[in-house]
Amino acid sequence: MRLGLMALPLAFFALFFAWPVAAIVGRGLRVDGVWHLGRIGEVITDPDIGHVLWFTTWQALASTALTLLIALPGAYVFARFDFPGRQLLRAVVTVPFVLPTVVVGTAFLALLGRGGLLDELWGVRLDTTVWAILLAHVFFNYAVVVRTVGGLWAQLDPRQEEAARVLGASRFAAWRTVTLPALGPAVAAAALMVFLFTFTSFGVVQILGGPTFSTLEVEIYRQTAQLLDLPTAAVLTLVQFAAVGAVLAVHAWTVRRRESALKLVDPARTARRPRGAGQWTLLAAVLAVVAVLILLPLGVLVARSLDTPDGYGFGYFRSLQSVGAGGTFLVPPLEAVWNSVQYALAATGIAVVVGGLAAAALTRRGGRLVRGFDALLMLPLGVSAVTVGFGFLITLDRPPLDLRTSWILVPLAQALVGVPFVVRTMLPVLRAVDGRLREAAAVLGASPLRVWREVDLPLVRRALLIAAGFAFAVSLGEFGATVFIARPDRPTLPVAVARLLGRAGDLNYGQAMALSTILMVVCALSLLLLEHLRTDRTGEF
Amino acid sequence: MRSTKKLAAGALAAALGVSTLAACGGKDDGAGKSDGGTMSKTVTLVSHDSFAASDAVLKEFTAQTGYTVKVLKSGDAGAALNQEILTKGSPRGDVFFGVDNTLLSRALDNGIFTPYEAKGLAAVPAAVQLDQGRHRVTPIDTGDICVNYDKKYFADKKLSPPSSFADLIKPEYKNLLVTENAATSSPGLGFLLGSAAQYGDDGWQDYWKKLKDNGVKVVDGWEQAYNQDFSGSAGGKKAKGDRPLVVSYASSPPVEVLYAKPQPTEAPTGVATGTCFRQTEFAGLLKGAKNEAGGKALLDFLISKKFQEDMPLNMFVNPVLKDAKLPELFTKFGATVTETHDVAPEKISKNREQWVKSWSSLVLK
Repeated sequence: MRLGLMALPLAFFALFFAWPVAAIVGRGLRVDGVWHLGRIGEVITDPDIGHVLWFTTWQALASTALTLLIALPGAYVFARFDFPGRQLLRAVVTVPFVLPTVVVGTAFLALLGRGGLLDELWGVRLDTTVWAILLAHVFFNYAVVVRTVGGLWAQLDPRQEEAARVLGASRFAAWRTVTLPALGPAVAAAALMVFLFTFTSFGVVQILGGPTFSTLEVEIYRQTAQLLDLPTAAVLTLVQFAAVGAVLAVHAWTVRRRESALKLVDPARTARRPRGAGQWTLLAAVLAVVAVLILLPLGVLVARSLDTPDGYGFGYFRSLQSVGAGGTFLVPPLEAVWNSVQYALAATGIAVVVGGLAAAALTRRGGRLVRGFDALLMLPLGVSAVTVGFGFLITLDRPPLDLRTSWILVPLAQALVGVPFVVRTMLPVLRAVDGRLREAAAVLGASPLRVWREVDLPLVRRALLIAAGFAFAVSLGEFGATVFIARPDRPTLPVAVARLLGRAGDLNYGQAMALSTILMVVCALSLLLLEHLRTDRTGEF
Repeated sequence: MRSTKKLAAGALAAALGVSTLAACGGKDDGAGKSDGGTMSKTVTLVSHDSFAASDAVLKEFTAQTGYTVKVLKSGDAGAALNQEILTKGSPRGDVFFGVDNTLLSRALDNGIFTPYEAKGLAAVPAAVQLDQGRHRVTPIDTGDICVNYDKKYFADKKLSPPSSFADLIKPEYKNLLVTENAATSSPGLGFLLGSAAQYGDDGWQDYWKKLKDNGVKVVDGWEQAYNQDFSGSAGGKKAKGDRPLVVSYASSPPVEVLYAKPQPTEAPTGVATGTCFRQTEFAGLLKGAKNEAGGKALLDFLISKKFQEDMPLNMFVNPVLKDAKLPELFTKFGATVTETHDVAPEKISKNREQWVKSWSSLVLK
């Protein structure tokens, strides 16, 4: 039964992930039928590569620490305080997570660069410093911490801590002995996800770091796409693989620990109005951080999209409906919105089917094999888009699978990134379904399919919608893989933005900002919709 | 061929049981129905992200030859070429457009093209026919990478803008120039090669030391240099860019005019015409092309007057055809570059890695 469920996800990953990646790595390390494994040693001991590895690691550690420092108070506030606009704000802080980096880089430069807010207030410029990279990483990953940790925090029964205090523990001691151990695994899981995302950071480092900073991911791109030095790229891919594998292994371990039985309560019962000066100050501080770190960069984008030569207005938005004077597009840029939605819907469909089946297969805990499968599904988050993209080219090149010029390649590539989110959202909910319900139904004569339809489906329907929504938003923002395969007559939103930014001229720049704003709004709306569907908060994202 | 592909996609969609896939596929078929018949009616052009042609001109090609052009774009010029090299023998299309003189040797050494002498090549100057006699590639356009300047800045300061490489290291232009990373950006590389042509294999490093002392700023890509740091561009003005000199293209000033509303009577930016490196872009028939006849017809068309005159306002490059007329926008607002500083493709191929490496340790560290 489990093998049957696993067959499709396994086939999907073998065909569209493992095979292409293995093929491109193999192409690099195997020349004329001979393996050149000595290349591994050469590359790893190269001082330039050593520098890249060192920078990649420490900036990821620093980004993770900074993100936790800034976002943990936010997680607490969003979990425990009830205040007007909470749902809207929760959706808004998630928007950066699914925005393409081309867009965010532009917004951040406006804030931290010359003439930016910091510059005007205190004459401080952070562009091309490591601070810009770190702050942008916090901007992107704030939601990971708020959702992962805050989701659990909201469901911890506050009475446990109160009981400890009644028994004489100080406020801090009660928190340390009751709440912290319960939250620990969630904090660890969030930290590892942030580490994974920042370790493989590409666009942020390229745009904000200037040419002096390079991560492993940037270097893989450079070696593959620019220099065609496949051996070096292959070694770097393996190094990144090893690092990501290690992170995922630790992650899987913390996730398992977290799923150990905690007494959870309805989050609606734990949140309440802040009381006392201390709590109000905390709330104000968190809202101020959100305003400066997240709303301000997003606001800058909106402001620029409205800042036309004839004063503030919707001129750029109106111009999106027509084909420009030049031939950047064969279609009006606004059609990119529709293309993006179609691709993202297809990608969501694939991700929900593949991820849903995988989650179903993983529902019952199993041995090492199953845990390995769990980690395998997360791997695409840590492998560079250019490796997967170039891998597609040399593997999916023969009928019946010559998909290289087919539209379906775009949703397939996007689904690879969407599946981990579907699995992570569905799995805790599926595991929480009481097995006895299924048994009872089976005893009463229901077929397995009927059991699933009558017992599981009603219970997980909302989780499924949330998973789908997340996959949809992530697909909308996917840029790295899409840029290689999007057909010119059907560019996606992020691709259209990048193309517009690649040209001189006021109208192109304004249209890029307007399209970015539209992307932002579409993401925010789909996330807001999710907030309304959300009931069970055990999911990680 | 086409139908097997559709079958595979259809089977996959069916296997996954996703109705949206089918809906999306149906839409796609609608868009591509012109090539729904036999495969030979479609000719596929593979190119980089900057390729653009007007619809009318592509329709004209169909009217002339009966072939419909399908365009595939994949990444920047380097990435697009590398993908062709990887898929050598089983190409995704019939013609590749967009290999320039800095990458030409890599393309030719890897043997991805079938020689073909395009009709009408005689009307293309010999100077740009860098594979003359063998015809593995056909020159299509040229573009000059030059320093651009912010006219308003220099007028306000009552300072004359620089015009040569030598000017850029003068004290009056200190902290004014922003350029791109030569390792990752093609204008950045062009500017480095231009300086190498001007100062020679031994002198260019010394020149860059002086440029560095004179406060040159290096950013990763053209988008950032031009739209963020350069004070003369529309984007840079909004971003309050403070560098009045940027490495860009000779065609950037006309673009600033074209995309401004209302169009100004004068371009806001100018070109330092003594700092130019000429990029020539080529196209070639891919080895293993499924539609060779169509590919040849497309190559002929790319150097025909119709296409050549359509190019400037789509890709902001100059036609290679001698008698192709430039649009008024170019003649009125563009710069006339009489002399460029160039390096032969073989020499670029031989030194590129080493130069970029020396440049990186000299300028970035």
